[in-house]
Amino acid sequence: MTTGTKYKTAPLKCWQKGKELRLEAYRDLATGHEQGKLLVLGCAATPYGMLAGLGDFVFLAGEPYGASVAADPPVSIPAMETYEAKGYARDMCGYMRNFLGTMFQDKYYFTGGPFPKFDFAWSVRHCPAGHPKWHQIVSEYQGIPMNYIDDETMLAIDGDQEARIEYVAGQYLDSIEWMEKITKRKYDDEKGIEAMRNYFINEALWGEINLLNGAIPAPIDIKSMFALMPISMLRRHEKVAIEFLTELRDELKDRIGSNIAAVPNERYRMCMLTPPPWSFLKVFRYLENFGVVFVGTYVYLINSGEVKFLYDEGKVVPATPPEKRPGWKTMKNREDLCRTVARWRAEHPFQSHLDTRKKEYVIMFKHWKANAYLLLINRGCVPMTTSMYDFQRDLNKQGIPTAMFEGNFADCRDIDETGVLDRLETFLEGQGIQKIQEI
Amino acid sequence: MGAIEKFQEVLATRHQYAQDWKKKHNGKVIGWLCSYSPVEIMYASGMLPVRILGSHEVQDVTDRYLFPTVCPFSRDALAQGLKGRYNYLDGITMARTCSHVQGTYDNWKNYVPTPFKYYIWQPNHVQSPRAIPLMVREYKGFIAALEKFTGKKITDEALNKAIELYNKNRRLMKQVYEFRKQEVPPITGAECMEMVVASQLMDLAEHNKLLEELLKELPNRKLDRNHGLRLMMIGSEMDDIVFVRMMEELGCTVVIDEHCTGSRYFWDEVKLEKDPLTDIAARYVNRWVCPAVSAEFKPRFDRVLEHAKNWKVQGALVYQQKFCDPHEFDIPHLIKMFKENNIPTLVLEFDVTIPFGQFRTRIEAFLEMLELELV
Ligand code: SF4
Ligand code: SF4
Repeated sequence: MTTGTKYKTAPLKCWQKGKELRLEAYRDLATGHEQGKLLVLGCAATPYGMLAGLGDFVFLAGEPYGASVAADPPVSIPAMETYEAKGYARDMCGYMRNFLGTMFQDKYYFTGGPFPKFDFAWSVRHCPAGHPKWHQIVSEYQGIPMNYIDDETMLAIDGDQEARIEYVAGQYLDSIEWMEKITKRKYDDEKGIEAMRNYFINEALWGEINLLNGAIPAPIDIKSMFALMPISMLRRHEKVAIEFLTELRDELKDRIGSNIAAVPNERYRMCMLTPPPWSFLKVFRYLENFGVVFVGTYVYLINSGEVKFLYDEGKVVPATPPEKRPGWKTMKNREDLCRTVARWRAEHPFQSHLDTRKKEYVIMFKHWKANAYLLLINRGCVPMTTSMYDFQRDLNKQGIPTAMFEGNFADCRDIDETGVLDRLETFLEGQGIQKIQEI
Repeated sequence: MGAIEKFQEVLATRHQYAQDWKKKHNGKVIGWLCSYSPVEIMYASGMLPVRILGSHEVQDVTDRYLFPTVCPFSRDALAQGLKGRYNYLDGITMARTCSHVQGTYDNWKNYVPTPFKYYIWQPNHVQSPRAIPLMVREYKGFIAALEKFTGKKITDEALNKAIELYNKNRRLMKQVYEFRKQEVPPITGAECMEMVVASQLMDLAEHNKLLEELLKELPNRKLDRNHGLRLMMIGSEMDDIVFVRMMEELGCTVVIDEHCTGSRYFWDEVKLEKDPLTDIAARYVNRWVCPAVSAEFKPRFDRVLEHAKNWKVQGALVYQQKFCDPHEFDIPHLIKMFKENNIPTLVLEFDVTIPFGQFRTRIEAFLEMLELELV
């Protein structure tokens, strides 16, 4: 852990391509209507590939958009103030506040032009503090229809899981009819199925990319992963994303083979459970001065990525697309599609109950060969934080060190940067990690 | 002792009441955490369902379990469990609604030694036609677990009896609420709140008898107080009766409410249309909706406005438990709706304990403003 090894490093070859693909997705939102595409709003966990059955579309996942705004304080602060002036509370979802703020300002962050007017909002609901309530406000403000799928099966531990899968599949089926009605377009089952196949492959690829950071030295740092993640988050239904993520995965494998590190002084590996504080990403660069590399965060392993946990063996492996799993049917029509998506989601680690999640955190810690977890008590998101103390207790019980700090992941006014750094430095000192002077 | 005094006594000695009930009936007590929990099924199992509530005392026992921006109600409720005040409970359940109280349940499950724990996956897309069939299947799982735990079968007959009992209770409480429409209401808002909270803690066979007594008493009941302005109380969980009493001493009466320790909890009856389980499921899916499960303003707001008009309210106190995001979403829209209907509003944010002096001043100012508007 504290060896003085200095690894060689190199920039990612596919970096520029990734950047372009990401910006293209955001730009498409501004021009989508001109190109005859549907503009749809939802949350990042929505299986939006299904929308392809209606024709071309651009999907805006509210969370990564909110995170992008939050990462840019001169834009974020006036946006949040506009939101607050409308009477909405400051303690609600941080992403939503940034999103709604720019909507009320009619300023689309990525172009500076007018905020997109969506054709409709369609989303899964796995957060009572966010998604459908958030879209309800957009729906009122823009006068657009909204619908949602209640699929938060992660909370269920008792009872009949099959009943829930049928309930979720039924809602998907109903929502296809609803979409046909509101868009006056006929739904093409084949196209929906095809796009969801891409979606599954992309999820598995992103999961696999995250797993590659189990190598020492880590081939990619967390900040670069955050920058590339919107491709897997926003373009999961596209072939172009499969091509890019395959290229990225292969490049990371090459880096591992050649011992190319993301952080040349790597000597202490940390991982997270949640998103980072977006306005304070420099914390990761700063900690590199201590030889700390952040190898991953659980949330983005399972949100827009998928992996398979082998609980008995204490291992994690890349996921297989659902149709290739034993006992799963090949999708032939929309009923198969809805059922497959519902079952896939129900069995996805995204939906793991928190008791199972505790096991997954330990497995990931071991897989990433990490030295400690960094935990965020996030004042901007209730669902991701409610059980954080419980998680910490459990991790500590297993002998896993944790550093914890409090703040808002999407409100730069609500995070004490100096305090956080002091806390982390103290933690690292306790772990025997000092600043590396020559950096 | 009159009915109202009995309600007050049960509230003050709620834990003793439940333990005495256990002894007397040689029975079991089950705690529930959210007003979507199907009390009819719990009652049909022979158990006494009691709502888990906080105690409005400053506490720090939850600090290592729930983070500070979890709503005070959820923290206070968990504190009671962690302090051992609910150790007499044989079971606990919760129906899925809100992430805050979910945290209470999850921690209770892991850290409070209650023998039976069951989580009901309440469908939260209540507008979907798929919700009732799922609810029925979820209830079947709950029933099977209860039967296993109590060793007693939950028959349709027992369910029907429980439905009858709860429906009667709902009808009787609505009759009491009718009295609040009078120009000089013979019952205060605080007393009504005591009545509803007591219904969440007592054996309804007993509560119904008290309601019948109360309904006989109300036509001739005269209160020696200035009834003042007519207010509506609207918001999230609320059982701070001391606060309501203080407010009503300042020259107003809460004549109607909309929250989950008031009308929103009991208003809808189980309609007897199909089999008992489907009827109960339909009741909880179609009931007066809580913003935590609804992504539409209209169904809630229509009912709120109808009640505000029918009870002729002159102002509305919109309150919320601090950090309660489901309700926070609705508040700006609620205020707008009240404004469009010429009903002034005051918004107050509640914590486990509240700043009485400050609230008093704000309420006084609000009431003065209302009086000026009425001149
Ligand atoms: S889970 Fe958190 S970040 Fe996501 S919508 Fe809900 S509150 Fe916002
Ligand atoms: S709805 Fe509001 S008051 Fe009720 S548990 Fe949730 S946050 Fe707390």
